[in-house]
Amino acid sequence: MAETISINPVTRIEGHTRIDIFLDDSGAVTDARFLATSFRGFEAFCLGRSFWEMPGITARICGICPTSHALASALAGDRLLGLTVPPTAVKLRRVLALAQVIQSHALSFFFLSLPDFLPGLRDDPARRTLTELARSHPDLVTNAVQLRRFAHDITSRVGGGVVHPQWIIPGGMAEPLSEKVRQEFLSQIPGLIAIATATIAQFRQMSDGLRLAGRLGSLPTLYLGLTSAEKTLEYYEGELTVMDRKGTLLMAGAVPERFPELVAEELSSWNYLKGPYYAPLGAVDGSYRVGPLARLNLVARAGTRLADAELATFREQVGAGHPVHDVFFAHHARLIEIMAALERLQELLDDPTIIDRRVRSRAEVNQSKGIGVCEAPRGTLCHEYHVDENGLLERVNLVIATVQNSPAMNRAVREIARREIRGARLTEEVAQLLQIAIRAYDPCISCATHAAGSNGLVIRLVAPDGTVVQAFPT
Amino acid sequence: MKGERTNRLRVATLWLSGCSGCHMSLLDTDEFLLKLAEAIDLVHSPLADAPKFPSGVDLVLIEGGVGTEHDLERALLARSRSRQVVSLGDCAITGNVPALRNPLDREAIIREVYGVAWQPERLPALLPAVLPLHRVIAVDLFIPGCPPEPERIRTVLTAIIRGEAPQLPQEMLSFG
Ligand code: SF4
Repeated sequence: MAETISINPVTRIEGHTRIDIFLDDSGAVTDARFLATSFRGFEAFCLGRSFWEMPGITARICGICPTSHALASALAGDRLLGLTVPPTAVKLRRVLALAQVIQSHALSFFFLSLPDFLPGLRDDPARRTLTELARSHPDLVTNAVQLRRFAHDITSRVGGGVVHPQWIIPGGMAEPLSEKVRQEFLSQIPGLIAIATATIAQFRQMSDGLRLAGRLGSLPTLYLGLTSAEKTLEYYEGELTVMDRKGTLLMAGAVPERFPELVAEELSSWNYLKGPYYAPLGAVDGSYRVGPLARLNLVARAGTRLADAELATFREQVGAGHPVHDVFFAHHARLIEIMAALERLQELLDDPTIIDRRVRSRAEVNQSKGIGVCEAPRGTLCHEYHVDENGLLERVNLVIATVQNSPAMNRAVREIARREIRGARLTEEVAQLLQIAIRAYDPCISCATHAAGSNGLVIRLVAPDGTVVQAFPT
Repeated sequence: MKGERTNRLRVATLWLSGCSGCHMSLLDTDEFLLKLAEAIDLVHSPLADAPKFPSGVDLVLIEGGVGTEHDLERALLARSRSRQVVSLGDCAITGNVPALRNPLDREAIIREVYGVAWQPERLPALLPAVLPLHRVIAVDLFIPGCPPEPERIRTVLTAIIRGEAPQLPQEMLSFG
């Protein structure tokens, strides 16, 4: 009898998800799917509201990347107003975008993924918790806390809100930055760069011993993301860049507003996630990824000194290749991005114009359509709004990073399931490997379905007649 | 370690229809996390690998309103296995942003997002409305805020760890 295996829920990821693995009559794996099982419908219930409310509302899509949503939303709003944002407001928004990267990557690396890497913790599911991590490795938790505190202090003192920033508004920023706050942040950066340097060294040591490279799904895809005009890392505005599987650029220098026309979405009947693809190549060949791995593949240089040195190491390491397709290296990519963000923050805060008082432009609604694109920690994020003459929303489309990565996550799950599952049984070890692979993508399901679910992922083995033969956890 | 009984408090956290921002605010208590680790065991949480809600839980912090059948099941289970239940944040207390869908019809929302022809298989059903947690289960304590500031969470947890009755001062009792 053919069967299905299911893992439900995948723990330590942000949201509520399940993996279904389908078996044939001989017990061989025929298919596997990573799916999101919740839904909130922001695109529907925002209709009829004013676009002015959208940075605040859409920040509540996700507590992990609220700033990214507020930024994409404000950018779309800027376009509806048809105005130019004051240069200092652009700099402050960049500061917030970089803090967002640090905060989210530190969460993903230290709190969600490290328990898989640390001997002692990784071998016992009961010990893979935050409190165990704090007891066994207080030094690592202290490092995470310092990086995250710096980032959330920026969110509250530059962005005006705990978790959800309130001062990012269409037209610019609601409040300027004070000299005192600027100096306080500047004084913290050298210490944080030292933490980032030490963490990268620790991770390199760990990753040799982990032997996870090559085991988490390494299927090549296209890459899509924003870069600066100089082909360095850029999280706010910039240019859209697309790279093929071999590392050749298919598109460069496109304005971010072209995003919706470059990406088409496929619906599936088994998932609340839509499956986007690069439209010019079609659904099969156009499968692409976004996020840290994509960004480091797309750029020529990180654009800052220490991050560039580490980027060179990243590209030369054994098994990486170029472009780097193996998702295990996304962990390394996140640490490099934390470093680059700290160095860029230093540059931005060193600039005396950052405390200029002019941070907001004003206008009436001048356009009926506005598209805002930025790089969220997990990849390219697009908000598209259509409004009536009063600025009330008539159509809302949100394209989220995790959704764009979901076809690649499915392929990774399929690849691992086919390779590792024997005799139609799911072992603790294989279930663990599948979860580690999914966590390497750092999926944020509260974003992806615009629906926060709960405690991660369920894995199920499913027979051809649809019966579930094994579920993990049982 | 497995199944070991300690004299630490058994604490769980749950994430229903919310944005995870309340959980982030808990992480934003920073160094307090290290203190917390001495006093509690996190026995079930999006931040832990224990996938089943265990029994004999001393305290569960619940983020988010009750928006799906699955949320409902989990809220009921958490209540039946926990001594104290805390509504963490405005979504759990009022429904908040996720409840903006309440005036709309469920089918209409799905049609708007996925088109008319979409026929989902085997996905957990949305409830007709997103409900505040205390409409569904008894709640012992409320920590308002969207998210509650880390200081509010710290204040409550410190009292509970000391075995005192938590009392939030007036200025910590605001929404938003
Ligand atoms: S109360 Fe606010 S921060 Fe907490 S889950 Fe709801 S929207 Fe997110």
